[in-house]
Amino acid sequence: MSETIKTDVLIIGAGPCGLFAIFELGLLDMKAHVVDILDKIGGQCAELYPEKPIYDIPGIPYITGQGICDALMAQIKPFGASFHLQEMVETIEKIGDPLFRVTTDRGRIFEIKVIVVAAGGGSFQPKRPPIPGIEAYESTSVFYSVRQMEAFRDKRLLIVGGGDSALDWTLSLAPVASHLTLLHRRSDFRAAPDSVNKMMTLVGEGKIDFVLGQVSALQGEAGQVAKAIVKRNDGSTFEIACDALLPFFGLTMKLGAVANWGMEMKDGEYIVVNTANFESSVPGIFAIGDINWYPGKLKLILSGFHEGALMAQKAHRYVFPDKRLIFQYTTSSTSLQKKLGVA
Amino acid sequence: MPKITYIDHQGTARTIEGELGSTVMETAIKNAIPGIEAECGGACACATCHVYIEEAWREAVGEPSPMEQDMLDFGYDVRPNSRLSCQIKVAAELDGLVVRTPERQA
Repeated sequence: MSETIKTDVLIIGAGPCGLFAIFELGLLDMKAHVVDILDKIGGQCAELYPEKPIYDIPGIPYITGQGICDALMAQIKPFGASFHLQEMVETIEKIGDPLFRVTTDRGRIFEIKVIVVAAGGGSFQPKRPPIPGIEAYESTSVFYSVRQMEAFRDKRLLIVGGGDSALDWTLSLAPVASHLTLLHRRSDFRAAPDSVNKMMTLVGEGKIDFVLGQVSALQGEAGQVAKAIVKRNDGSTFEIACDALLPFFGLTMKLGAVANWGMEMKDGEYIVVNTANFESSVPGIFAIGDINWYPGKLKLILSGFHEGALMAQKAHRYVFPDKRLIFQYTTSSTSLQKKLGVA
Repeated sequence: MPKITYIDHQGTARTIEGELGSTVMETAIKNAIPGIEAECGGACACATCHVYIEEAWREAVGEPSPMEQDMLDFGYDVRPNSRLSCQIKVAAELDGLVVRTPERQA
């Protein structure tokens, strides 16, 4: 991936605020690319609350998390934004006034005039299970993702969890590992029933073990785990010897690289913005939605929409320094309606 | 209003009055009860408002829904009397409810 993408605006985060920013930027003729670490569009609304009701979107008495994402996708369709999913922005380098070179974890490079951070609570990362002292084993013998299956060849693996990741890796790694144990706290699974059936077949054939319980402690030395202490539901404990532990406990949000981009932060967690235009302390980098902070900030989707509209006005000055911006309504402006494909 | 007692893992008990129709989690957060984080704000999308229901109250409180069970998979030291407090509504018949907060939230 060596070709540099040159465009007007890069939006970091494909949640509702990032999506609506595409609309506001598009009305003002700015083209946007969007990067998001998830494998789907919609951010928290799609990942955490797809079925959950939202009652406070102005003019929409009731909509689900997935519903608002779908509706926004329909609304921004005329603007043809490009999405780069399962990708995370790592570095931002200022190379002009303003012009930025942005690099992602996949090695993609963007050269853009304006950056809009709409990253919500941060990027979704695998969750560290609440096992005391687990940090000491991470990346040596405790892994939250599998990059190379070969790394686990002929090892005794302990996989923990009951979701799709845990089951999928159990099925994939069963032929590679010398011995594999799947540990889950109950006999019901969140994973797809088909994967559960396949796993149970392997258990029936004696190829892997399925054990009920929860890891309460790890033992080992110098980062190398030797055994897990497992607690049964009745409170009694037993041990599972293993060379590697793969816990799959879902995703959590972490601020990640955002803190390294040189912007003034509030409590180390939020990007401080100017409420006239939602620009951060770095000219050309804006922040909208849950990730920003200003006096009176409310973490509401509707606030993020408003922030996106004001951001676009200032972004226009950077992208088209010589053009005068005339304020127009979609209701009455033929030029805006042309952009929306309705005139 | 129904009284709820929260006992932390060190044994300190705090009793407060809950509003009918609100949740055991919301009551804790409004009253700054330690040991309950409620990261997701009550959407049953995390496991950081995990509590243990005192044995005498288990029947009145009831069992977790399948969705809540799924979320409890992410909890720390989940036990048969574990519940997510955002999924328990404060009701007149729960007056006197006693819950314990775990040593840590997920």
